[in-house]
Amino acid sequence: MTDTAETIFKRLRDLPSTHLLGTGTPMCAGCGGLQALHQIYDIIGEKSVFINAAGCMTLLSVFPFTPFRGSWLYTAMASAPAGAQGVRDALDILLQQQRIAAEEDMEVVVLTGDGAAYGMGLSSTSGAMERDLDFLYICYDNEGYGNTGQQYSGATPHAALTSTSKGPRGFSGFKKDLFSIWAAHEPAYVATVIGTEPLDLARKIDKARNMTGPRMIIALAPCPTGWDYDPKQSVDIGKLAVRTGIWPLKEYENGKVVHTKIPKQRKPVEEYLQCQGRFRHLFEPQRNDELIDALQAKVDSYWRDITE
Amino acid sequence: MKRMLLTGNGAAAWGARLAATDYIPAFPITPQTEIIEALANWIDNGAMNARLVTLESEHSMITAAGAAAATGVRVFSATSSQGLLYAMEMLYTVSGWRAPFVLTNVSRGLAAPITLESDHTDVMAARDSGFLQIHCATCQEVLDSTLIAYRLAEDARVRLPVIVNLDGFYLSFTREPVQLPDQQIAKEFVGRYDAENIRFRASAPVSQAVAVLGGSPYSYFRYETHLAAQNALLVYDEVAAEFNQRFGRQHNAIEEYRSDDADILFVMMGSFATKAKEAVDLLRDSGQAVGLLRPRLIRPFPTQSFQHLLGGKKGIAVIDQNLSMGMGGVLHAELSSALYGHANAPATLVSFIGGLGGRDISSEEFFEMAAVTRRAVDEGVTPAPRLLYNETELREIRKLQAVAQSEREELHNSADKPSGEQQ
Ligand SMILES: Cc1ncc(C[n+]2csc(CCOP(=O)(O)OP(=O)(O)O)c2C)c(N)n1
Ligand code: SF4
Ligand SMILES: [Mg+2]
Repeated sequence: MTDTAETIFKRLRDLPSTHLLGTGTPMCAGCGGLQALHQIYDIIGEKSVFINAAGCMTLLSVFPFTPFRGSWLYTAMASAPAGAQGVRDALDILLQQQRIAAEEDMEVVVLTGDGAAYGMGLSSTSGAMERDLDFLYICYDNEGYGNTGQQYSGATPHAALTSTSKGPRGFSGFKKDLFSIWAAHEPAYVATVIGTEPLDLARKIDKARNMTGPRMIIALAPCPTGWDYDPKQSVDIGKLAVRTGIWPLKEYENGKVVHTKIPKQRKPVEEYLQCQGRFRHLFEPQRNDELIDALQAKVDSYWRDITE
Repeated sequence: MKRMLLTGNGAAAWGARLAATDYIPAFPITPQTEIIEALANWIDNGAMNARLVTLESEHSMITAAGAAAATGVRVFSATSSQGLLYAMEMLYTVSGWRAPFVLTNVSRGLAAPITLESDHTDVMAARDSGFLQIHCATCQEVLDSTLIAYRLAEDARVRLPVIVNLDGFYLSFTREPVQLPDQQIAKEFVGRYDAENIRFRASAPVSQAVAVLGGSPYSYFRYETHLAAQNALLVYDEVAAEFNQRFGRQHNAIEEYRSDDADILFVMMGSFATKAKEAVDLLRDSGQAVGLLRPRLIRPFPTQSFQHLLGGKKGIAVIDQNLSMGMGGVLHAELSSALYGHANAPATLVSFIGGLGGRDISSEEFFEMAAVTRRAVDEGVTPAPRLLYNETELREIRKLQAVAQSEREELHNSADKPSGEQQ
C-alpha cells in the first residue's frame, strides 16, 4: 500500500471511534453502501450538506427523521451535482457579501447511486467537474437500479443476473469505467473505495476533505438484496472484491493514477462470483467455464501492467 | 426614473438587475438568450454584482436555482419552450421546496414540428407545477412584473417561485419605451430576501425536501403549497397597490379594457391582447359594446375577480394561444370551471384557438369572433371550438404539401431503390 505521508490514518486504531451517522435507518441489513457511508460521514462530519439523488439512500431521511447531524437536500435522479452547484454558489455569495460568518460554511457532498452516477446524472456530473465545482461526490455502487428492484444499470458487471437480465448468460453488457470517465475531466481527485477496507477509505476521504475542487469517490457497495446473498456475507464479499482484483482500489490526482492496494496473489474471481446468487447460473445447473474464464481474463488483463 | 427603449428581453434583464439578484443559473435558448447575454455583460463589466453560471441543461439550471434560493440568496433565471419542458421535473420539485425565485419564460411554441415562434403551450404546461404565473403584454410590464414577482415569491405567506411570461418575438425582440426605476428605489421596493428558516447553515442543520411515507403527510404538504399559491391572490393585490404608489403604474391581476359597459368580452393573455384592444376600439366605433379582459395572473387563477367582472355579461369569446390536445384551449376550460354554477355567469363562452406558433390574429378575425359570439348569444347555442385559420392559409399549406409530394416522387423515381426497400 502506498503510504501517503500527510494522512492521520496510519493504522486501524487511528480511525474515528465515535460514530456520527444515526442508526435505525430503513436500509437493508448488511448494506455495503451504508457501511461505507458510516465511515465516510465519520470523517466528513456534521458541517456538511448532503445533496441526494433518487436511490436507496433517499430513504435515509424520511419525514420527520434523519440519521444526519448536518444538512440534507433531496433533488431528483439526474441533477444532484447541479443542486450542489446551487448550494455551493449560494454559500460563496453569502460569504463574499459577509452575510454569513466563515464558520457557517459547509462541505457540499453529493450522494447518489450508480444508476444516477453512471447514467442519468452523468451529464450534470460532467458539468460540475467542468466548472471546477468545489464539492465531494460519493457514489455508492451497488451495480444496478437497487431502489426499483435491481434492474441492470451502466454499472452492472458482465454476466450478472438482474431483474432485467434473467437469461442464462445474465447481463450482456460490461461495467462502464466511470473512474476513467471522471478522471478524463481532470478533477482534483478521483478514488475508488470500499467499506471493507476502512483504512484505505479513511485515508482517501481525509485526503479529499483537505482538497478543493471536484473530489469524486466511487464506493463499491455489496448489496445483499440486489446481489442475492445472506447479509452476514457482506464483509467477506467486499474483501473478496478487492482480493480477487475485481474492485481495484486506486486514486487519480494530478494526471496520475495510483493503485493504493495491489492484491498480492490475487484469488480466482470465481471465489467472489460463487457466493452471490446473481452469478449462480455460472455454476449451476452446470459450470459455465467459458464465461468464468472470460471474467477471469478481463481481471487478469486489467492487472497485467499494474505494478507497485 | 429614466426612459429607455428596451426590448422585452432587455426589460426582463433590467428587472433582474434592479431587483439586486445575487445568482443567475443560465442556459441558452432562442428567443430568451438576449436576457442572459445582457446579464452576463453587466456582470463582466462590473455594472452588476451577481454570479452567472451556465449549467449543462435547464433541468440542472432549475435545480441550481432552487438549491441556491433554498440556501438564502436571490435568484433569477430565464428560459423558453423546450427548455421549460426539459426542466419540468424540477419545476414541480423546487416549488415543493418552497424556494422563491423568479424565472422569465419567453414563450415559444413546442415541437413537433419545431418552431421558434410564440404561443403559450409551453408555459401552460407548467401551470400545475406550483410556480405562480404572471403574463405580460408590454415591455414595461415585463420589467414591473419582475420586481412585483420577487415581492410575491418571497412573501412569507407565499414562498413560491414565480414565472414571468412574455411572448417570444412579439415582445422579446420588440423595442418599446420603458420607464426605468432608480436602482435605489427599486431595491427599496423589492427589499432584502430573508430566507428565514429556508436555508443551509452549519450552525443550524436542516433537512429539506425529504421523502414522506404514505398519502397523509404527502397530501398535507401538497395542499399546503396550494394554499400558499392561493394566498398569492391577496398578496398580489397588496404588492401591486404598493407598486402603483411608488411608481405610478397599476398592474391589476386582470386588466380591464372598455369592459364595464360591454355585453360581449374578449378574454385573452399576453401581447396579442394589444391587438384585441385595437379591435375593441374599432368595434366600439361601429357601435358594438365589446370589451376585453386580460388576466395577468394565471396562477393563482383569479377566479373571484373573473366571476365578478364577467357577471351579467352576455357572451364571452375566449382566445387561447395554446392547445391542449384532445381538449382545446386551456384558458377556456379554466374560465368555464371558474364560472360554472355561479349565479349571474354568462351563458355563452365561445372558444377560439389562435396565434399558434406566432400566427397573427387580424382585426377582421376579432370582428368575426365578436359576431360568432353574438350569434351564439342570440341563438342560445354555443358553437364548437374554432381554430383561427383562413382559406388563403389553407391554400398555401396545400401548395407546400404538393411541393413536398412532388419532390418525394422525383427522388423516388430518380434514385436506385435499395434492395431492402423493394416491395
Ligand atoms: C427521472 C426518474 N426516473 C426514474 C426514477 C425511478 N428511480 C428511483 S430510484 C431509481 C434507481 C436509482 O438507481 P441508483 O442510482 O443506482 O441508486 P440505488 O437505487 O441503486 O440506490 C430509479 C430508477 C426516478 N426517481 N426519477
Ligand atoms: S437494496 Fe442494496 S443498496 Fe439498497 S439498501 Fe438494500 S442492500 Fe443497500
Ligand atoms: Mg444502484
